[in-house]
Amino acid sequence: MTFQWSALSSFSSPARASHVVLAASILGASMAASAAEEVNVYSARKEALIKPMLDRFTTDTGINVNLVTGSADALLRRLQVEGSASPADVFITVDAGRLYRAKKAGVLQPIQDAELESTIPANLKDSDDYWFGLSQRARVIFYNPKKVDASEFSTYEGLADAKWKGRICVRSSSNIYNQSLVASMIDADGKEATSKWLKGFVANFARPPFGGDTDLLKAVAAGVCDVTLANTYYFGRMGNSDKAKDQAVFNSLAIFWPNQAQGQRGAHVNVSGAGVTASAEHKENAVKLIRFLTSHEAQEWYAEVNNEYPVVKGIEPPKVLQNFGTFKADSLSLSVLGDNNRFAVELMDEAGWK
Amino acid sequence: MSSFSSSQVLQELTVSGLSVGYHGQAVVHNVSFDLTAGQIGCLLGPSGCGKSTLLRAIAGFESVLSGSISLNGEVISSVDYWLPPEQRQIGMVFQDIALFPHLTIMENIAFGLKGMTKSATKARVDELLELIGLVGYEMRYPHSLSGGQQQRVALARAMAPKPKLLLMDEPFSGLDAKLREELVPDVRQILKHEGMSAILVTHDQMEAFAMADVIAVMEAGEIHQYGTPYQIYHRPESRFTARFVGQGDFLSAVVCDYHCLESDLGRIRGVLSDELAIGTEVDLLVRPDDVIHDDASEFKGLVMSKWFRGSHFLYRVKLSSGLVVYCFASSHHNHAIGQEIGINIELDHLVVFTK
Amino acid sequence: MSKQKIAQTQAPFAWLKWLTMAIAVVLALPVLVVVANVFAGSDGVWAHLWRTVLADYVSNSLLLMVGVAVGVLLIGVPVAWLTSVCRFPGSSFLSWALLLPLAMPAYIIAYTYTGLLDFAGPVQETIRALSGLGYGEYWFFEIRSLGGAVIMLSLVLYPYVYLMSRAAFLEQSANTLEVSRTLGYSNLSAFFRLALPLARPAIIAGLTLAMMEVLADYGTVQYFGVATFTTGIMRTFYGFGDLAGASQLAGVLLLFVCVLIFTERYSRRKLRYHASGLRKASQRELVLSGWRGVVACGFCCLPVLFGFLLPAGVLLYWSLFEAEPLTWDFLLLAWHSFYLAFLAALIVVALALVLSYALRLHPSRSVSSAVASAGVGYALPGTIIAIGVIVPLAWLDHRLIEVVKEVTGDNIGLLFSGTIVALLFAYAVRFMAVSLGAVQSGLGKIKPSMDMAARSLGLTPLQVLKRVHFPLLKGSVLTALLIVFVDVLKELPATLILRPFNFNTLAVRAFELASDERLVDAAPASIMIVLVGLIPVVLLNRSISKHH
Repeated sequence: MTFQWSALSSFSSPARASHVVLAASILGASMAASAAEEVNVYSARKEALIKPMLDRFTTDTGINVNLVTGSADALLRRLQVEGSASPADVFITVDAGRLYRAKKAGVLQPIQDAELESTIPANLKDSDDYWFGLSQRARVIFYNPKKVDASEFSTYEGLADAKWKGRICVRSSSNIYNQSLVASMIDADGKEATSKWLKGFVANFARPPFGGDTDLLKAVAAGVCDVTLANTYYFGRMGNSDKAKDQAVFNSLAIFWPNQAQGQRGAHVNVSGAGVTASAEHKENAVKLIRFLTSHEAQEWYAEVNNEYPVVKGIEPPKVLQNFGTFKADSLSLSVLGDNNRFAVELMDEAGWK
Repeated sequence: MSSFSSSQVLQELTVSGLSVGYHGQAVVHNVSFDLTAGQIGCLLGPSGCGKSTLLRAIAGFESVLSGSISLNGEVISSVDYWLPPEQRQIGMVFQDIALFPHLTIMENIAFGLKGMTKSATKARVDELLELIGLVGYEMRYPHSLSGGQQQRVALARAMAPKPKLLLMDEPFSGLDAKLREELVPDVRQILKHEGMSAILVTHDQMEAFAMADVIAVMEAGEIHQYGTPYQIYHRPESRFTARFVGQGDFLSAVVCDYHCLESDLGRIRGVLSDELAIGTEVDLLVRPDDVIHDDASEFKGLVMSKWFRGSHFLYRVKLSSGLVVYCFASSHHNHAIGQEIGINIELDHLVVFTK
Repeated sequence: MSKQKIAQTQAPFAWLKWLTMAIAVVLALPVLVVVANVFAGSDGVWAHLWRTVLADYVSNSLLLMVGVAVGVLLIGVPVAWLTSVCRFPGSSFLSWALLLPLAMPAYIIAYTYTGLLDFAGPVQETIRALSGLGYGEYWFFEIRSLGGAVIMLSLVLYPYVYLMSRAAFLEQSANTLEVSRTLGYSNLSAFFRLALPLARPAIIAGLTLAMMEVLADYGTVQYFGVATFTTGIMRTFYGFGDLAGASQLAGVLLLFVCVLIFTERYSRRKLRYHASGLRKASQRELVLSGWRGVVACGFCCLPVLFGFLLPAGVLLYWSLFEAEPLTWDFLLLAWHSFYLAFLAALIVVALALVLSYALRLHPSRSVSSAVASAGVGYALPGTIIAIGVIVPLAWLDHRLIEVVKEVTGDNIGLLFSGTIVALLFAYAVRFMAVSLGAVQSGLGKIKPSMDMAARSLGLTPLQVLKRVHFPLLKGSVLTALLIVFVDVLKELPATLILRPFNFNTLAVRAFELASDERLVDAAPASIMIVLVGLIPVVLLNRSISKHH
């Protein structure tokens, strides 16, 4: 109960503040200084998946966190337009491509911080330290073991094979996870090969793209198709669910880690990450927040609650995913995903992936 | 344009040299007329002639380009002055009735009554309800009344504050003929009973005749003639008035002496309205009642169409010269279409227009 | 009696005209920001779109519009006629129950039906369990499809057509029906030959609102995977990171809208909304008894059942038995949603009143085009409007910051961006059209002659406003307030982008959970939106029935 009430009080103050702002704008009063320590966050990560962590941060440090959530591109646009006067200190996204766009748009600043430097592996942060990964998720193959044998799989590339005709379900190509996957393939295989692969892959669709990852997992379980691509944490969430229906879906599916063989690049991973804005007024607090989010405590929380893989080495992955073993992750620099995103969408359009 | 003044007694309303229009373009041109206290005037003309605009200018809803409007000798509209409508004490009744749908009949009638005690208000409303014959309807709402009843309420509403002048903009045009025939004399009687000066705007001459003491015939923003209904009908001063008011035909004729015209229907004797030189070619106005059915007449024509009017027939007769005239005949002179009948012209005042 | 000198009696309240121009410019500004991008370069995204998906966007958008148009007309017009002209079992209850789907956001009804009818939903599971068949061995309607989107949108948008055409049918004199019967028409053919053509302007006005909602819809089509113009705009913005290209697509969308608005204006150019002064004393109702009554009742029940009762029931069930239990912050979400919607409704309707009065007093071409341009935002997706809103607001903020810094040396920060001012601005841009529609139709019923009658009876213009306009306009203004209230309550994309720190609404909560693929957990927030939205719908009905 205490948690809820504290949430309540933290909610209500800015609403009132906006009235004060209105009044202040009429009076010409200055609103710049604020007595309490605070940090302002623009987050593309949904409230439910970040707010508890931020509340923990406030409890630990006494720094209040003000939060706006929304789609990454819209928030990025807001950052750009607000420019030097933007109140945001930290920008959080759920994919590296958006962070890369933010860096290119000039709304982030580099942070040289020894602690962050040492805890986050180089491929999971920006090469110039403009942003840092907070959690990782893999987008891999899920299948119905009653209809498919694991030996039939090898790589993402293999899904274009004609044997999968009419057996694959995917979600829309508007989805950023799919875009990132294709962006990583453009990096690995080149544009032409990826374009060719996409045509084969699309030809194997059992039905037009639909729904979200959870829907796709359910579709495979229900027999709509045999194979799909999904992020690991959606699967983990089903495994953790106390609903019999979710458990049934979870139990009827199997995971396959693609591109694991010697010399292959590994499974596609993306990160959620954060950067400090160029206009940050509370830069120190911003860095403190990012440090906190990569702390042992926060990394474990991500793993447990959201079934994501930690970015910090030495922290256990979520239990539900441990059963599926370890895997080799694609070690490409995630900035590439940002560079290739546009090409990925173009190729998907051309291949007719709706 | 000459000024029309019906008498020298106290003028309730004086309109002089008035032009009204929008965006500098006059719709009413240089119009002047007076109305005596207690008189009912009528602006008669075809649609678009500017009569409604003139009425709205008197009410204060249009601005004046030149000239002035005075009420009881006090200027209420001129180029420099404009008294807001609510201060003019001029009542108005509208073509679309415009009762307030959210108010009862009683509240509608009492709408313009201000500064009166409750009982005085009630007394005035009751008086008017009696006058318009709608006692017992006070608590009803407008939509539950018939069109004629609604128009009577609108009249009572406009009259309730005892305005100095009542303006009526085509108040009967939305009603069916039968209702109109009943309501027009009623309204005249009510106005006369209240001793109220009023101006009626209409395009219907029968309405004008039944209602008005004086009529102004308007066309294209100008007053052609201002006079009693009799004068307008029998002494039209322009071809337009002659044609617009009443039925009639123009007969080509030549002045043969000061009291005589030569025409296809022979010599016609009577008083000429203007002194004209002998030999002047003119058009003579012939009303249906000027053409007499006379089997003994030397002038014959073919019946082209006929209308039974109870007491008489109205025939359309074509003369051998090709001229077509209306002719009244008593109703036992029943002729078939195509039959030849004799006609004669009987006129004492000759209304002619030079060609 | 005082005489006053007046410069121009032709143009009373000239300031109103200028105020209207100013409001129109401010409201059109975000749209202009979007349009201005037409001239910006966009990295050849057009060539790509043209080659690949543009044809799909256009054809899907058109199909969706045609489908929903047919849908809302087939539902909205007959039920409006039945409940306004006929009397049958349950007709008075249904006349307001038919408004209920107005409280149901399109994206939420889409989530709900998907949960119900999808292959993993209870309906198909039951079929599989009973028949022993597997997926694909039986035919079942695919809800996630263009057809599904048409049905979902029709179910929640028909009330616009219903509201407008019902008002028109109620105003038609019962005489017309009787006259047509004496001329040998049956009731049914009287409906087609007379009632329908007479109500056409009102029907088209309702249809236009519905079509603009269809064009702006993102949530439903996105969820169903139907690639429309609007999803294309978002995809170009998000996927390509190309805001200029997205804005250009939005510009094309605006063209669609202009055509719609023009068609609507054109269709009612001859027919005025002024009610005839002479109305039949009492509306005589057509009594439908026996099987006719049952059929009428059944037909009117269907949209209520599928547009409201069923989805609301499912949401309620999920909320009570499957979702995570409610927490206290829900009260706060509801309060945010409520006061935002309330404030927005007040502002938007006040502005609509100013615009409508300006148009009444100065019916010139310039004023009427200003008023029309103030309503264009209705058809733009909320995201695009939000982007259009932050640009001028941030500009203003930066100028203010500069000025204050110059004068006092202080940094005042952003005063408008990131506050509820930005939100209210966006709502005004987005929902002015609905509000204008309701206010104008109400004002149109106050005949100019009523103003003149009141003035000739001694009332000043202000008194006319108070004693004639206020009581007569009350109903329409209330209608406008309530519709804007419900619309803001349901609004999502602009709220998401523009809201201040720590400021969440029910719609944001429902969306975040649903887009995180937690449909069931989104149910409590969804049902709350529906319930809060229900209050004005009930009020709306009361004001309507009182009106007649």
